[in-house]
Amino acid sequence: MSEETQMASTDHTAHRGGAWGWITSTDHKKIGILYGVSAIMFFLIGGVEALLIRTQLALPNGDVLSADAYNQMFTMHATTMVFLVVMPAAAAFTNYFLPLLLGARDVAFPRLNALSYWIFFFGGLFLTISFFVGGAPDGGWFGYAPLSTQVSEVVRMDYWALGLLILGLASVLSAINFITTVFTMRAPGMTLMRMPVFAWMAFVVAFLLLFSLPIITVGLFQVFLDRNLGTLFFSAAGGGDPVLWQHLFWLFGHPEVYVLILPAMGIVSEVLPVFSGKPLFGRSFVIFSGIAIGFMGFGVWAHHMFTSGLGPVAEAAFALTTMFIGVPTGVKIFNWLGTLWGGSIRFKTPMLFSLGFIAMFVIGGLSGVTHSIVPADTQQHDTYYVVAHFHYVLFGGAIFGLFAGVYYWWPKITGRLLHEGWGKLHFWTMLIGFNLTFAPMHVLGLAGMPRRTYRYPEGLGFEFWNFVATVGSYLIAVSILVFLWNWWRSRHHGEVAGNDPWNGRTLEWTIPSPPPHYNFATVPTVHSEDSFWHDKYREDEAGNAVPVAAAPTTTAAEEDIHMPSPSYYPALTGFGMFIALMGFVYLPVGLVAVAAGLMVTMWGLFGWAMEPLTREPHE
Amino acid sequence: MERSRLRLSLLAGSIVAMAVSACSSDDPTDLGSIVEGDFPQNSLNPAGPQARQIDDLFWLVFWIAVVVFVLVMVALLVALVRYRHREGSDRQVRQVHGNTKLEILWTIIPVVILAVIAVPTVATIFDLREEPLPEENALMVEVIGHQWWWEFRYPEYGFSTANEMHIPTDRPVYLSMTSVDVIHSFWVPQLNGKRDVVPGRTTHLTLQADEPGVYLGQCAEFCGLAHADMRHRVFAHEEAEFHAWATAHAQPAVIPTEGLAGEGWETFQVICSACHAIDGTSASSQLAPNLTHFASRTSFGGATFANNEEHLREWLRNPPGMKPMDPDRNDLAAGRILGMPDFGLTEEQIDGLIALLETLK
Repeated sequence: MSEETQMASTDHTAHRGGAWGWITSTDHKKIGILYGVSAIMFFLIGGVEALLIRTQLALPNGDVLSADAYNQMFTMHATTMVFLVVMPAAAAFTNYFLPLLLGARDVAFPRLNALSYWIFFFGGLFLTISFFVGGAPDGGWFGYAPLSTQVSEVVRMDYWALGLLILGLASVLSAINFITTVFTMRAPGMTLMRMPVFAWMAFVVAFLLLFSLPIITVGLFQVFLDRNLGTLFFSAAGGGDPVLWQHLFWLFGHPEVYVLILPAMGIVSEVLPVFSGKPLFGRSFVIFSGIAIGFMGFGVWAHHMFTSGLGPVAEAAFALTTMFIGVPTGVKIFNWLGTLWGGSIRFKTPMLFSLGFIAMFVIGGLSGVTHSIVPADTQQHDTYYVVAHFHYVLFGGAIFGLFAGVYYWWPKITGRLLHEGWGKLHFWTMLIGFNLTFAPMHVLGLAGMPRRTYRYPEGLGFEFWNFVATVGSYLIAVSILVFLWNWWRSRHHGEVAGNDPWNGRTLEWTIPSPPPHYNFATVPTVHSEDSFWHDKYREDEAGNAVPVAAAPTTTAAEEDIHMPSPSYYPALTGFGMFIALMGFVYLPVGLVAVAAGLMVTMWGLFGWAMEPLTREPHE
Repeated sequence: MERSRLRLSLLAGSIVAMAVSACSSDDPTDLGSIVEGDFPQNSLNPAGPQARQIDDLFWLVFWIAVVVFVLVMVALLVALVRYRHREGSDRQVRQVHGNTKLEILWTIIPVVILAVIAVPTVATIFDLREEPLPEENALMVEVIGHQWWWEFRYPEYGFSTANEMHIPTDRPVYLSMTSVDVIHSFWVPQLNGKRDVVPGRTTHLTLQADEPGVYLGQCAEFCGLAHADMRHRVFAHEEAEFHAWATAHAQPAVIPTEGLAGEGWETFQVICSACHAIDGTSASSQLAPNLTHFASRTSFGGATFANNEEHLREWLRNPPGMKPMDPDRNDLAAGRILGMPDFGLTEEQIDGLIALLETLK
């Protein structure tokens, strides 16, 4: 330990505190924390939006919100949760842990990483600000043309188009960064197939983002041009086609679903083995099914369009591809069960959230199969049945998986454990609240309740289950308060974690919690999958785990560790883009802001290009 | 103990009371005597052959899904109970890395299950997409989606109606649908699945009702401000009754020339005829619902409000106050209507218009 403190003391840039330290940081861990804190912040905003929606629908003919406010609320709830919560939360874990899992000291392009964060942050700010200036987007997060391109003086959907454009840019940049990191920064001996499953899923997600986001970027430009410059891409009267937008949107939007769920699958694949005391069952099958899901995710987009009249041949084809994607998903579930089978299962909070993930995700997956049955889908499409389905996938799946990650990795990030009792209370209130909220929506949808309607009349049989769902949503809110309290108290009262509180299997548990700026004093050499576990245990002939006498200690580095120096240019560049975007919304008056914003952006990029790559560590 | 329980129940009671007072209102949305059963818009209560085909397919998949769910959950629970960590136990945990035979098995089993589902699915897809044959003597109806109401045209009879479609029973109804503004989706859950209504395209849907009755529908694709209040009703009649209805509706309106209704007609010509048509008169604009036989409709305003004097009066006083609309963006020359503005009608004008509308049987 004294060695570590000595190391840290030579490391001035690491502990530069204060706001400026965060703004200029190029450390992947600090950027990961920034992503995480931002995601939690937006999660609270998105949660309040959800509560307003549920309060409005608690009783028939509710008038808590006007139709106008309601439309903004559900548009922003979805936009916020998808782009500003689940994606950045996954990015938070990927940023923080991908290098640690790979045995690397940072990501491949640290300053580009900072830029990704700042563009994301200003993009989220830009979208949220819309509530206070001009009104928030109100055309649905899917922005179907020509509703989203209807010429109007209302700027709301300009916020949406530009906000998604800039968030897409942030994601593409970090995708490039992560792909390069995986290809070039792995520790010696870490072959691709020895990579931890979370790293694999993050790797697949990076490719999904890289290939899907350019498609929607084209579409978003067309929406912006249709709205502001009078082009007619999506106008039937002008020879355009509104259905074109749906193809572009879902060619992005379906892979996006896997962008949201694969990181959670990766987290669960890390957590289950640790708390079962067994390696992941069929590891390579889990990895390859993740890759298969990624590939197949690009071939099923039209299953979001089964009511648009594609014709029976296309419908049959997309029905079959959609069913088929259930196969690799099922393989994952069975392998997780195989991991549990024969293990020694410890019900710690991260494990509970992972088990909750499996149970909820199975429900979401099976209701997904009912959507591939095209005729049945024409009844379910755009009803609460679909709302139930994707909340089981994205909340019961992605959010539960992410909370598993929060409890699992919290000690590595903060050095302290979250409290188990509060954690368990959080889990159970969330599980019950979640099911109270979303299980009734299956009934509502089949009973004919459409989505995106701000009120429903009495007499359709929607009253009871809507009220139950609203009660459930408040219970979810309570569970989040429990989590926030747990987080707050753990800052000073959380149990000190030590390096390896869970008896982990991957490399991040070999180093102190929280890790030093340079991560690994000596870059580890990897001899097998679950390398760290094999430092602690070996398997006898019967396959039983036998503790190894003493784990090899890492010795202080003789090598000179050069870490990237801090830079304010990434944040400045992101800020310039933000100013330019605000200008674009208010064209032509905003041209001044566009010019100013672009100048700041150029200043940031120029300064960045001219900045020396690394400063001397003892500067 | 007692006191804390009391306090808790008081708290709960006041929260519920707050919720009730915040949410409830004396809103005029009213299904009146139209509603039958607990879930009148239920997609699992099919009333025609198309909806029944879908229903059969859904239940097949539903039960397969239930079986899979139960098996997975039982396996999960057995594993959790049987292999939970026991303090002080020195049970060895075997480090099993995988099993290729099992992997193949649980890849093939889902493939087989999905193949079982796929065959009837594909068959039903093609079946439901077929146009009715000439000998089936289908009724043709043109459906036009508007923000935020439905127009139903009967080309065989030469008239159009709004929000309420009448059809014969035991005879397929073939819908040709399009939209004048944004994408809508036509959906009567008890008669068939939904089908989008897309500007610049014509989509089709076949409906059929077994029994006379009222079937409720709702626009299913988000279409802007009043999407929730874009509802519709399908009335199925025995063939003879339908024929009588259609023949009566093909007749032009008889316009009253005297009394209150006559005054209403004067007002109508000045204010309403820019958008509304009454067949047989000079009012022929197609921008808003055709009012020729308005009094025979059970509802208005996107089939959201029961058609009675009280509701009509509230509507005429301030339409956007009753249904969210955006008439400030109307552009009559370009044919764009986003709702009926508040014309600031006087109570006398409103009396006259209501009297007029009540004569339009």
